[in-house]
Amino acid sequence: MSGRWRETWQVAWAVGRRNVGSYLRRPELLLPSLVFPLIFFASFAGGLSALGHLPTFRFGAGYTTFEYGFIFCQTALSSGLFTAFSLASDLETGFARRLFLASANRQGIPLGYLLGALARAVLSIAATTAVALAAGMRVSGSPIQLAGLVALGLLLVALGFGWAAGIALRFRTVQAGPAMQTPVFLAVFLAPAYVPLHLLRGWIHAVATINPVTYYLAASRGLLIGHPQQLLAAFLLAAAGAAALWGWTAFNLRAAEAAG
Amino acid sequence: MSARPQPDAAILVEGLVREFPGGVRAVDGIDLVVGWGEIYGFLGPNGAGKSTTVSILTTLLPPTGGRALVGGYDVLKEGPAVRRLIGASLQRCALDPYLTAWEHIVLQGTLHGLSRRESLERGGELLHRLGLGEAAERKVRTYSGGMQRRLDLALALLHRPRLLFLDEPTTGLDVQSRTALWEEIRALANGGVTVFLTTQYLEEADALADRVGIIDRGRLVAEGSPAELKAQIGRPALEAIPAKRALRSRLLELLRNFGEPVELGDGEGVTIRLERGTAELAEVVRAVDGAGIEVADLRIHAPTLDDVFLAKTGRRLEGSKEEG
Amino acid sequence: MSATVVLAVARRAFVKTVRQPFQLFPLIFFPAILLAINASGLAAATHLPGFPTRSYLSFAIALAYVQGALFALVNAGTNLAEDLESGFFTRLALTPLSRRALLAGLLAGSGAVGVLQSAIYLLIGALAGAQLKGGLPGALLLLAFGGVASAGFAAGGVAAALLLRSGEAVQGLFPFFFVLLLLSSANLPRNLLHGWFQTVATYNPLSYLIEGFRAIYLTGFPAGPLLGGAAVVAGSWLLFGTAAVVALRRSPRAL
Repeated sequence: MSGRWRETWQVAWAVGRRNVGSYLRRPELLLPSLVFPLIFFASFAGGLSALGHLPTFRFGAGYTTFEYGFIFCQTALSSGLFTAFSLASDLETGFARRLFLASANRQGIPLGYLLGALARAVLSIAATTAVALAAGMRVSGSPIQLAGLVALGLLLVALGFGWAAGIALRFRTVQAGPAMQTPVFLAVFLAPAYVPLHLLRGWIHAVATINPVTYYLAASRGLLIGHPQQLLAAFLLAAAGAAALWGWTAFNLRAAEAAG
Repeated sequence: MSARPQPDAAILVEGLVREFPGGVRAVDGIDLVVGWGEIYGFLGPNGAGKSTTVSILTTLLPPTGGRALVGGYDVLKEGPAVRRLIGASLQRCALDPYLTAWEHIVLQGTLHGLSRRESLERGGELLHRLGLGEAAERKVRTYSGGMQRRLDLALALLHRPRLLFLDEPTTGLDVQSRTALWEEIRALANGGVTVFLTTQYLEEADALADRVGIIDRGRLVAEGSPAELKAQIGRPALEAIPAKRALRSRLLELLRNFGEPVELGDGEGVTIRLERGTAELAEVVRAVDGAGIEVADLRIHAPTLDDVFLAKTGRRLEGSKEEG
Repeated sequence: MSATVVLAVARRAFVKTVRQPFQLFPLIFFPAILLAINASGLAAATHLPGFPTRSYLSFAIALAYVQGALFALVNAGTNLAEDLESGFFTRLALTPLSRRALLAGLLAGSGAVGVLQSAIYLLIGALAGAQLKGGLPGALLLLAFGGVASAGFAAGGVAAALLLRSGEAVQGLFPFFFVLLLLSSANLPRNLLHGWFQTVATYNPLSYLIEGFRAIYLTGFPAGPLLGGAAVVAGSWLLFGTAAVVALRRSPRAL
């Protein structure tokens, strides 16, 4: 067993290192991953800041901090998602065949891409955090709470990647991009993205109430300001989701192997 | 994984089948055995099932029937063990255009469990041998097709596999690159590597293979050394082109004394199998001369693998050309 | 340049787009989904003092029309780049088709898709309860405006395709326009924006295009916003149209 795990990590390390190298040296991959979270942050925190003045808004740390919580979760999920695009591209061009051929233990392949996704997330979130702090974001969470925020972020990366990688392995083409992206986009925006849950009305309030992303947002915002909320629910949902989607990825890995 | 006794055959295939959705049987019951250290040529036209067979043997595609053992390991149940043993250079080079050759070397080596030092040492030796030493720092997207092929071969050999699969390795290469690659393959075989080579080029199979399996429509139609296969056809063919078209019918009539002549498809001349081989050639020449038929060209062709394919299937191999 | 030839090119451009499900998604479904999300998710904004309407849907639907025009730019460029890469363009070049007819046909096709998109957004808005103060004349104006705006932006896609020669590269332009869209008065009226964001939105041409479409819903036919939107469309025709003409002239006949 230890030999098998050693092989898996060996493959994952090689694949992950190559993925990170590609990401860093290709501006068309690196720049959007850094710039887009910043643009979203600027346009939402800047363009919708008037919402923070609504009497019923009730988030004492200000709209900038409130929106950062959303951008944090969105960026984590997107880092996983866009790394799966790279997997889809490698499957389509045939490069993934090389990985399939050379890897004794193929489970290491998606694990390697996940490592790449985590690296991508760290860079993107670090850049956005720096800008948010400069823009006046107020962080009052303790170091342990902020470590919890990081842990939540890592789980969200695994969630975003798990979903999209399964699609990528099933269809093996970047044309499946909308199928990868749309559910994540919907999940992220059918949640208290712009205003707190109690300010949502109608059908979106009902959807947001049962949407796991609502719990991730509540937890991330709470951890930022030192008033943890929905922590247990958020972590349980994230962990369970990541485990389930890893199974989804593994299932589709077998489908990809069977298709040749 | 426990060690097991050296199997007798490098590759053992029994009743191998691969059926795709829609009922297409790309591989339709193949049996073959490849011994250690030999170069086995797998020859057939486009769409015959060569690449599908290679995909199965290299664990990229599961068979839907039969079994295949590579190095004694079952391709379906013991895939990881097979992959540790083999190297493969497939039809599509499958290189990352944004990586350099060195980076490919390190990646491939790591996947095969080599240390970085081992990968670089071995990789350096291979790159130099295959004429890529100076280009090793450049990104692959700057490489020509021939260079990409050579890098692909270097990657396939990096971990010193005992068994090498080459799927149409010289397709698209110029003559010089092809010749160089042939030499490399011979050198590998001389060094003890078993090579399973698919090709659609007769001369390649003829030049390289110790034994050839000819596949058509998913089935093995002939197998043996090139000499054995050609000997099955046996007799050389004589091709005669009269100086004037009007003489052709007389030539045809004359040659009926020696066998069953056939008009050439181009309408220019006549061809006939010499029943008694080249010994009959002199008699034919004397007869043609004695009949006063002026001949513009007279050639004798030894049987080719294309003739073997024609005899077995009634069709010529695609892409084959007449030898001069 | 015969109308028949232009119509033939236009018809092909139209059909090429509507037959590709992956292109219909960003053209139609994505703006509709975003509208549904924002109409509910940002409904609280209508309580802000100075917000022009109690219906956020009526306020936000303008964004869908403008998104459609931007997607027309990307789609026209991607489709033409595909034709260049595949060699289909060479096939066209072997006919007597003139460059002017080709450009006119491509833009007419994109304009037709723009009208179709606008009709769909109009229908979605009507079904969802958006209030169209402009009534039937307003609806017709929305269709015409949507078609003309799409054609104008599509010229930019044509120019990009001829210069970049790669569908992937053309698609890489979309983020730039998406950013422009975010940094506009798409989500809140300009009088409720603050600081640097208000400044950026004020200088952003897309703000005026959005406000032009929005005015037809919220007010009817106010001259100011309509002229602002028309100016942006005219500007896109001038800028992108010139770029497309120049790019076509510089391309060899057998591309």
